[in-house]
Amino acid sequence: MIALVDYGAGNLTSVKKALAAIGAEVFVPAHPGELAAAGSVIVPGVGHFDATRTLDRPWVDAIRALVDAGRPLLGICLGMQWLFEGSEEAPDWPGLGIFAGRCYRLSGGTGAPRLKVPHVGWNSLAFCRAAPIADGIPRDAQVYFTHSYAAPLTPDTVASTEHGERFAAIVARGNVAGVQFHPEKSGDVGLRILENFVRRAG
Amino acid sequence: MLSKRIIACLDVRDGQVVKGINFDGLRDAGDPADLARRYNREGIDELVILDITATLERRRALADTIRAVARELFIPLAVGGGIRTAEDAAAAVEAGADKVSLNTAALSNPPLITTLAARYGSQAVVVAIDAKRAPDADQRGTRFAVYARSGQSAANRDAVEWAREAESRGAGEILLTSIDRDGTKAGFDCEMTAAVSKAVSIPVIASGGAGGLDDFVEVFTEGCADAALAASIFHYAETSVRSLKRHLREHGIPVRL
Repeated sequence: MIALVDYGAGNLTSVKKALAAIGAEVFVPAHPGELAAAGSVIVPGVGHFDATRTLDRPWVDAIRALVDAGRPLLGICLGMQWLFEGSEEAPDWPGLGIFAGRCYRLSGGTGAPRLKVPHVGWNSLAFCRAAPIADGIPRDAQVYFTHSYAAPLTPDTVASTEHGERFAAIVARGNVAGVQFHPEKSGDVGLRILENFVRRAG
Repeated sequence: MLSKRIIACLDVRDGQVVKGINFDGLRDAGDPADLARRYNREGIDELVILDITATLERRRALADTIRAVARELFIPLAVGGGIRTAEDAAAAVEAGADKVSLNTAALSNPPLITTLAARYGSQAVVVAIDAKRAPDADQRGTRFAVYARSGQSAANRDAVEWAREAESRGAGEILLTSIDRDGTKAGFDCEMTAAVSKAVSIPVIASGGAGGLDDFVEVFTEGCADAALAASIFHYAETSVRSLKRHLREHGIPVRL
C-alpha cells in the first residue's frame, strides 16, 4: 500500500484518480503512526512552502524511518521541494533535507519582457542521466507544471527544465525521487512516471 | 521552453455540449466525455467544462459530467459556470476539477477569489472575464467593458483593471473572452488580449473568435496570449488539435506535439 500524505496543501483527488487508473492501492494516513504500515510513500502538494509546517517532527521522523528502511518515497511539486533543505518562500522552516540545496523563486529570466512567474503549463524535460523513475520517458516529453519556486540543479538532478533559468524537474537518489511537475496531470508521460514509482514500490 | 497551450472548451447544457454565437443561438455538439476523449487523443493541453446556463438558472456545474471526464483524462481540467460559493467550488473540486473558474461570483463577491486561493492554491483559481469593446469616456479610444451573467449585464469594470485586481486577490489565471468575437470565427481580439496579458504576471487564456489556424498564430504573437481556448472549431472537426499545433510549430510558436 502506498501512503499518500495529506498535509492540507491542495486537494489530492487528481493524484488518487491517477494512481487508481494504474491499479495502485493507496491510503491516506490520519497520523504519522499509520505510516509504519506503508510499503511506500508519496508526498504531493501544491501551494506555499508554509503548508509543509503541518509536517511536524512526528511526520518527519516517520517518513525518515521509512526511507531509512529502504522504502520508496516520491515528492510531487511542493512535496518535492520539501525534500530539499528549505525554501526562500518560508526561510525559517526547514525541509526534510534529503536533497542538498534550497528552493528559490523563479526570476522570469533576463529577457525583455520577462517570462511570467508562476510557470504554468507544459514544458519539456532535458535529461542529464538515467534513473528508474524516468524509465521509458521519451527524450522530448513535455509535462505540466504550475509553480513559482524551484529546486536547484545538483548531482541528484535527473532532468531539468528551463523557464528563464534551468531548474530541477526530476531528482532521484537511492529510493527517493521527486518531480517538480504534476505527473497526475501530465497525460501518458505522467502516468508512466507514476507507474515507474509504483513498480518499485511493489 | 514553455509551450503555448491549446485549450478546448466544452460548453455544457443539460449534460450535452452546445455552442452558440455571441453567447446565443445554441446548437448541439455532442457528449462531453466523447469529445474530451477525442481531444485528448489529438493532444489537447487542457479542458474547460463550462456549465453555460448554470449562473442564469442557479444550478451547480454538472458533477456527473465532471466525473465522467476526470475519470479517464489526466490533463488539467477547469470547471466553470454557477460557482457562486466556496461550497460550489468544493463540489467541483471533489468531482475532479483541478481548477475552478469564477466569473459573475468574482465580480459580485471578490473576496471569494482569496478564499478559494487560500483553500486550493492560486493555481486552482481562474477568473473568467467576459468583455466587449466600448468607447472610452472621451469617445476617442476604446476600452474593454466587463460583463457579468453570461454577457447580459454590464459590470461597470474595465477588463485590464479587473484582471489586475483579480491577480492581487489570488487568481492564478485569467480566462479572457471577447463577447464581440465569441462564436463569430472572426479571430481573437488581440488588442484586448495583449492589453490584459501585459498588465498581469499570471497566464492569460484568450477566448472568443477562433476561426482559422492563423488566428491562433496572431493571438500568440500580437495578442501575447499564454494559452488560447476554442470550442466550435474543434467540436465540428473543422480543425484538428494536431493540425493546429503543427501549424503553430511551423510558425515558430512552441507547442506540445
